[in-house]
Amino acid sequence: MNTPISTSAEGMAGFFSRIGRNRSGQSVLVTLVSSLAAVILALMIGGVILLITGKDPIEAFSKMITTGTQPYKLAEAVQRATPLIIAAVAVAIGFKMNLFNIGVEGQFLMGMFWAGVAGAYVDLPPVLHVAFCLAVAMIAGAAWAGIAGLLRIKRGVNEVIATIMLNSIALQVIDWLFNDFFRYENPGNLDVRTKPLPTSAWMPTLFTVTSKTDKGGTVRTDVTSFVLVALVVVVLFWLLIYKSKFGFRLRASGGNAVAARTAGISSNRMILIAMLLSGAVAGLAGLPALLGTTHSYGPTRPDGYGFNGIAVALLGRNHPAGIVVSALLWGFLDAVAGPLQIAKIPQSIIAVIKAVILITVVIVNEVVNRKMAKRTADRTADALETAAATPSAVTA
Amino acid sequence: MGTESLAVQLSGIEKRFPGVIANHDVNLTVRAGTIHAIVGENGAGKSTLMKTLYGMHQPEAGTISVFGKVTTFRSPSDAIDAGIGMVHQHFMLADNLTVLENIVLGAEPVAGGVIKYDDARRTLQAIMEQSGTHVDLEATVANLGVGQRQRVEILKVLFRGARILILDEPTAVLVPQEVEELFGNLHRLVADGATIIFISHKLDEVLTVSDDITVIRAGTTVAEVKPGDVTRGQLAELMVGSELPSPHGRTTEVGTEVRLEVRGLSVAGPGPGGKRLLDNVSFVIRRGEVLGVAGVEGNGQFELCEAILGQVKPTEGTVYIAGADVTHASPHDRLVNGLSYIPFDRHREGLLLEFPLWENTLLGRDADTDFLSGPFINATATKADCRDIIERFDVRTPSEIVPAYALSGGNQQKLLVGRELSSDPRVLIAAHPTRGVDIGAQAAIWDKLRIARDEGLAVLLVSADLEELIGLSDNIVVMFDGRINAHLKPADATPELLGTYMTGGLQEVAS
Repeated sequence: MNTPISTSAEGMAGFFSRIGRNRSGQSVLVTLVSSLAAVILALMIGGVILLITGKDPIEAFSKMITTGTQPYKLAEAVQRATPLIIAAVAVAIGFKMNLFNIGVEGQFLMGMFWAGVAGAYVDLPPVLHVAFCLAVAMIAGAAWAGIAGLLRIKRGVNEVIATIMLNSIALQVIDWLFNDFFRYENPGNLDVRTKPLPTSAWMPTLFTVTSKTDKGGTVRTDVTSFVLVALVVVVLFWLLIYKSKFGFRLRASGGNAVAARTAGISSNRMILIAMLLSGAVAGLAGLPALLGTTHSYGPTRPDGYGFNGIAVALLGRNHPAGIVVSALLWGFLDAVAGPLQIAKIPQSIIAVIKAVILITVVIVNEVVNRKMAKRTADRTADALETAAATPSAVTA
Repeated sequence: MGTESLAVQLSGIEKRFPGVIANHDVNLTVRAGTIHAIVGENGAGKSTLMKTLYGMHQPEAGTISVFGKVTTFRSPSDAIDAGIGMVHQHFMLADNLTVLENIVLGAEPVAGGVIKYDDARRTLQAIMEQSGTHVDLEATVANLGVGQRQRVEILKVLFRGARILILDEPTAVLVPQEVEELFGNLHRLVADGATIIFISHKLDEVLTVSDDITVIRAGTTVAEVKPGDVTRGQLAELMVGSELPSPHGRTTEVGTEVRLEVRGLSVAGPGPGGKRLLDNVSFVIRRGEVLGVAGVEGNGQFELCEAILGQVKPTEGTVYIAGADVTHASPHDRLVNGLSYIPFDRHREGLLLEFPLWENTLLGRDADTDFLSGPFINATATKADCRDIIERFDVRTPSEIVPAYALSGGNQQKLLVGRELSSDPRVLIAAHPTRGVDIGAQAAIWDKLRIARDEGLAVLLVSADLEELIGLSDNIVVMFDGRINAHLKPADATPELLGTYMTGGLQEVAS
């Protein structure tokens, strides 16, 4: 029954993780240049679309640059990038194991909800309280992702299907739990939400950036200290995946499951661990909002982190540095969407540009990968020919 | 030859192809109505040349003439239109369709959207009659043996009107009797006016079957000879450019200590009451002993290896490594405790193609604390170890950081053999250790295996290469239909005898 579904989905996951994969031997410079080319190409296509719809692309882009480069907007980009970095790392962990975790959306909501609920009912000293919330979020996210992991290894259900379904289920389950059990009704306050977190669980503002507006007022952005947590997550991701024995096994298993299995690495075990890890990280994505600004869970919860996280992971080629840069780009585009709207330029152009960036990245990446693979092979052959000419230097 | 009709003429073909030796200055003249063999070591550029001729890629320089007309092939369909057909080494058939459906697939005779199977059947009957290549058109391909599948492939090509047939190592998968049959068919096809281009590195076959032989070495054509004018040794010398390494006997003794013992091992096939893929197999391999396993592929060798490795659960039986019962141990524990494995298919089971060589040599050996510092990989030590393997096993590569896909097959295999022998194994399962590698790499691998054996390694050698089996093994068993149906000493084994056992033609009386 599930076989045809999982087979067709298998191809999709394989395709997406291939896009995200970076061939070894490809230099950082090549990656940077090709990504940059993709972004510029996407902006040009966005410009053409604006032109077709009768808007002035030059005006739109200059508006993006003038408002976007104001300090408070740059700070907003950082603030907006924080959850995306975390979500993208969660997606990238999956991709490294050749798993397509579409369920970051549901996992982060689960993490955020449970951290909000559990954090509000315990009494702990400041730092410990934050740590407690992080732990709860990670456990909740991991548990939710673990369902998809178990389904995959026990029943062969493709994780793409399972996590998509689990996203919808997460929303419904949370709504039910919220409405029936955890709704905190404060008399006289119409705002419906969970019981607010005590201040010991709040994450302080790291810094505040203020800018003057044209009309002489000031605008400000508070950057939550959660951005530091996001950076720690990125560094740990890099250490774990690229430097540790466990990461090697995970990448090996994702790179060639049969060869890894032959080498004694249980692919089922890796699938489950990767899914749990991915979910644990995903669980953190909602916490910048929860611990930094809203301090309670409510229907005004953030959304879209999961899907934007996939985009950021693909754009950043699943690489830690790439993810940070891509998340900042995404944050920047989100930050200038508002001002564009005010300037009567439809902010949906931002969504169009994001989508086109992704498509161009996919295409450019594929083309560059092929060229690089050929070049690597050719260079190897050339090096050997040279080596053959000088018999003493057969091997390096 | 003169102006006598030429089926194919290639001149000055130049082709660069990632990771493979380039074709340069390749010249080939194939007379119409002959069997023309192209011989060369694996990796010499035979396949590249054939792909050029079949339009699978375009040469950078040179010309292709077919029946005297200069042509350019942009794709295989251009080649097919020009009357060239290719019988691939790996069959490309849809298992769940019938022979007839497979043959018409992609070239269906259609009237008003309906496939005219009756027309196709009539055409095929005529072709089979003429070529002597018979297959049951209504049979499902899944139920066919290798030899029959190959005939389906040949019919497929003939059905498309091919007058020039390219056969890429057609005998690699066949048992001796099937080879005879194939050669009979080829002669009938040629008598009927077809032209055959026969790619092989099996010199005896080439000398028997072909009218002309072109030798290709290091990407270029080095000689064209007639089979009557050369000896096997001369041909081999043309191929490798030097003397053949002669297989030599051993000077050391087989030990007494049992390293690997398999007792009554059985593996059931899928489904309830499925056919046993491995049926009550027992043997013992001692210290310093090589046990060769002969057999046509798919007769339980793969399941045997998987069961010893712990990748499949045996339905019955026990496995002992160095006296310890490991029947219920995990694959990882078995590997850590002295088992090594050179897998059937290096790309599928052995290598991480997109990973650098040093990570490839780490695969399966990452439990060794030499390569670790705490929970992290010690990249410096691992790379040094990889360089050591590269040097000792003569892997031709510019460095240890190139990705594995950039190496040629022989070098990939040497790297793999190096990795497996470098973890101080007590038992090695070597499945086709020299398949698809050139003679030079083959000799090097055989040499390394002999050295390891002399140092006490117990080897289970699964191979389809009879020369390898006879040259390396101390004892040989033949597997057929999941069972061991013969025990032989290498000295008594002849290709004919092995072939008979391999096809189940003779059953040894169970002792």
